[in-house]
Amino acid sequence: MLENLEQIKLKFTEKLKEVNSKEELEKTRVAFLGKKGMVTEELKNLRNLSSEVKKAAGIQVNTLKHEIEQAIVEYQKTLEEREYQKEINSAEVYDYSIPSEQPTGTLHPITIVQRQIEDIFKSMGFIIEDGLEIQTEYNNFEAVNIPKNHPARDMQDTYYLENGQILKTHTSAAQNTIMRKYGAPNSGETLKVLFPGRCFRNENMDASHENTFFQLEGMMIGEDISISNLIYFMKVLLTEVFERDVKVRLRPGFFPFVEPGFELDINCAICGGSGCPTCKQSGWLELLPCGMIHPNVLKMGGIDPEKYTGFAFGLGLTRLAMMKYNIKDIRLFNSGNLKQLRQFVK
Amino acid sequence: MFISMNWISEFTDLSGINLKELIGRFTLSTAEVEDIYELGRDIKDVVVGKIIAIENHPNSKKLHLLKVDIGSEVVDCVCGAPNVFAGAVVPFAKLGGQVGDLKIEEVKIAGVPSRGMCCSEKELGISEDNSGLMILEDNYPLGTDIKVFMQIEDTVFEVDNKSLTNRPDLWGHYGIAREISVLTKRPLKPLDVMDTSVFKELPPIDVKVEDTDKTFRYSCIAVSNIKVKKSPINMRIRLTYCGMRPINLLADLTNYLMMELGQPMHAFDYGKVSKIRVKTFPEPIDFQTLDGIDRKVDTNTLMICDDKVPNCIAGIMGGELSGISEETDSVLLESANFDGTSVRRSAVRLGLRTDASSRYEKTLDPELTIPAIQRFLKLLAEIDPGVKVASSLTDCYVKHYDTITIDFDKAYVDKYTGIDISSDRIEETLTALGFDLTRKGDSFKAVVPSWRATKDVTMKADIIEEITRIYGYDNFDIRSTKSLLIPVRQSEKRENEYRMKLMLSERYAMNEVHSYIWYESKLNKEMGIVTEPNIRVINSVTAENDTIRSTMVPSLLGFIYKNADTYPEMGIFEIGRVADGLKEDGLANERKRLGLVMASKTMNEKEVYFKIKEIIEQLLLTAKNTVPSFAANDTFGKSNYVHPKNCTSILLEGNEIGYFSVLNPRVRNNIDKKLNVVFAEIDLERMEQTKTKPLNYKEVSKYPGVTVDLSLLAEKSIRYEEIVETVKEYPCEYLQGYHLIDIFEDEKLLPDKKSITIRFEFGSMERTLEGQETNAMVEGLLQTLKEKGLELR
Repeated sequence: MLENLEQIKLKFTEKLKEVNSKEELEKTRVAFLGKKGMVTEELKNLRNLSSEVKKAAGIQVNTLKHEIEQAIVEYQKTLEEREYQKEINSAEVYDYSIPSEQPTGTLHPITIVQRQIEDIFKSMGFIIEDGLEIQTEYNNFEAVNIPKNHPARDMQDTYYLENGQILKTHTSAAQNTIMRKYGAPNSGETLKVLFPGRCFRNENMDASHENTFFQLEGMMIGEDISISNLIYFMKVLLTEVFERDVKVRLRPGFFPFVEPGFELDINCAICGGSGCPTCKQSGWLELLPCGMIHPNVLKMGGIDPEKYTGFAFGLGLTRLAMMKYNIKDIRLFNSGNLKQLRQFVK
Repeated sequence: MFISMNWISEFTDLSGINLKELIGRFTLSTAEVEDIYELGRDIKDVVVGKIIAIENHPNSKKLHLLKVDIGSEVVDCVCGAPNVFAGAVVPFAKLGGQVGDLKIEEVKIAGVPSRGMCCSEKELGISEDNSGLMILEDNYPLGTDIKVFMQIEDTVFEVDNKSLTNRPDLWGHYGIAREISVLTKRPLKPLDVMDTSVFKELPPIDVKVEDTDKTFRYSCIAVSNIKVKKSPINMRIRLTYCGMRPINLLADLTNYLMMELGQPMHAFDYGKVSKIRVKTFPEPIDFQTLDGIDRKVDTNTLMICDDKVPNCIAGIMGGELSGISEETDSVLLESANFDGTSVRRSAVRLGLRTDASSRYEKTLDPELTIPAIQRFLKLLAEIDPGVKVASSLTDCYVKHYDTITIDFDKAYVDKYTGIDISSDRIEETLTALGFDLTRKGDSFKAVVPSWRATKDVTMKADIIEEITRIYGYDNFDIRSTKSLLIPVRQSEKRENEYRMKLMLSERYAMNEVHSYIWYESKLNKEMGIVTEPNIRVINSVTAENDTIRSTMVPSLLGFIYKNADTYPEMGIFEIGRVADGLKEDGLANERKRLGLVMASKTMNEKEVYFKIKEIIEQLLLTAKNTVPSFAANDTFGKSNYVHPKNCTSILLEGNEIGYFSVLNPRVRNNIDKKLNVVFAEIDLERMEQTKTKPLNYKEVSKYPGVTVDLSLLAEKSIRYEEIVETVKEYPCEYLQGYHLIDIFEDEKLLPDKKSITIRFEFGSMERTLEGQETNAMVEGLLQTLKEKGLELR
């Protein structure tokens, strides 16, 4: 019996050495541990033994069975590992420098910059509004205090349509509609609106002149909105927009829809204010017009100028995008030139 | 406009003041200064010298050898000026001196040593005259530094004209001096003028203002016996420094007055013009202006005439024939106030914008006309004491501006500014600016000075500006508002626009473009696109692009056309505006549209068509959480770029919101024969009329379902949706869903037919279905399909 077991063990060890695949391993398992396998036969033979030796022999056969089981499991692992090694060794090394084929979509640079600014304003509680591009003369001019004989209304730089409407020359054309839509704010509240839009000027184009461009305008109306608030807001907002601590400076500037009106300068980012060619040695860059909303404009918008005050400001969105991306030729924006536009991957 | 500090200092004391800082203050309080010029600092050691001897240069025909007496010594100098003569008194630059960039040292000129230089006006930087040496009057001791009697050193600053548009009072030095006096808190000196009341016994000029609409005031006076022809040197220097070319005394004086007071003046030759009629002509006339150009003057342009003969375009430019010449010894001096708008429009029509017209445009103060004449006479008499006033001061004041009185109080100022500016400060500022102020405690009544009352200052808010700009915005305490914290809800429409843009660019790798609101006719022509007539621009500088687009598609196809040579695969989109004709009220029916185009050489046309369809479905899911339906479209088939057969309407809950179409091959071949192009246009406002479906979560069955794939044979013309309609007719509570797996077509295997494979899902929420049950349901379904001619393949 014992000898038999020894031989089985030897046979198994020999057999295992020849095994090279899972299938062969399974065959081997069946040959030893299957229903008619050698070890199984030995187990069957136990019942023929006398009770004195039965117990010891039983232990020995079962030990052998465990050893073989164990060895098969181990060997299975070895085989798997061998296969993994084989697969890995024969694997192709990929050329990571091969360019991907999937083209990248892009947003228009104006959309990108506009969204960034909108997000800043939204975070400060501004509502984002929209306006028409084809406007009435009333909304574009009268309602923002530009009366009939004002030089700005001479034909030259406004596109007039045959039905008497015009293509809006500035985002201010939306002021009246917005004031009428929201009305005066409740006591203690403020109306804060930002309205970007596309504007048109009837002029010949070159690298710095476009007849179609974007502006962005904001206003804030309430019972106690002051010049002091205006300066504060502009400083905070521009610090966010330019992602640096911006110094602002106000100078008198004349715009019919504000009184007082200001030109707002920011300290030059290039020289930090000490003077350089970009800022013409002044240390300041003229950035945007702003001011306290003219009482006539509030009145025409249905808001009582005795009770409410407000400020408004405008920003050349196209110009800002040019600054931001160092675009030299303004004609890029409406060119549809995909060589250029495909670069704006955020 | 250029401002000379020497000139300013005649009206307000600038001694001890840092001019650079003052100019900086001026920018912050009044108007933008573009540049500052320090003039004459580069002229050093130039003295009065007298040429006492001239010899020809031995080696040159053009050069002369001079002996110049400069008081302390006689200096040898070589000079090339053509106008040298013995006895000439000239500015002489001594050794060690400087003239512009030139340092004066002993040099040899054509072999002869020269120890100084005689100067021309141009070399001294005081005029453009380089024709010869500047000849000085013989009344200064030799050796006197010329700066003693010539105001060569000056600080001149240039103000941005645009920033003065609404300040008619700042178009002359006196007005600027008033601002500066307020900023420096020093007094403004009264204007030194001639008293003209002494001439009131003289006969008046015959003046009639016939057009009282376009004229506010016409003042004039006649002066005779004018002998001096050339303006004094310092007047010429100032004019030059301020950008005017000196001509002769009378022309210079009118310019000088314009630069000093902002009041344009015109001098007629009194020998040629003695009568004034201010009127328009009933017919257009030809008129030669003093620049020698013949001009057509229309019937809306105001003219100054002598009975019937036109002599001057009012406020713009005088005539060639009536103007002063070198021989003129008597003048009729006009100092008038014309309507700003009328002058501006005439100047635009004539294409002739002058220093005078650009001042009148700003609506000048009519009160200026008389002081201007009085000041002119004062200066003229100082220069040429022999002149005689030949008429009384004649004044037709036909239109007055209203006196403006504004009531306000400190509380208003506090509210508007958000800071505390004291009543004393308010009083001090406004008084200094010329407001006639009455104060009771913190309440004020301000009468606006005439020079600010023509349009500039009309209401309380204007007073705020006066107070705050002088206070200085850089002196403001800045603070946030005190308002309630209220949540703000953004418009879903705007958010949707952005989400759609993001989806198109990020998921479908499309590029956002911007195109013009009008059709680009040249591009459309090249592509063979015919557009519908639509509302037009009447004055475009690019006249060929005068039609506002009624659809975005041609604009986007234009971009495909422009890029087709570079890119075989393109996907572009834009959210933009079109005008879909006019509305009932006559206004443009402006619509916001989303246009998109996909063009490919690797995908076939059908694949591109279905890609666009997929994109549209995804867009509407993103924006409205709603799957659109589609229908064959024939309305858009009229446009010649639309495909007559493969043009499909997009419907959202039954409402058509747009369409998509294969590009008509007639247009496609003009772009690129091999390019498969499909485009879509969605009206976003119509899309937004559909409410966004709320997200509706459905419980999923815990029991396994059964899926059955059925391949059905159908006629080629059968649309998938027709099969779906039939499936819907089969009532079966356990049919949980179905979707298309494949459509198989093969000319040989299945001529005239196609095989459509649909996967059906059966299941129950309560239990696992029995196999027999499912089989019965499939049988029933097949029976229903069979009745509609759909056989199992």
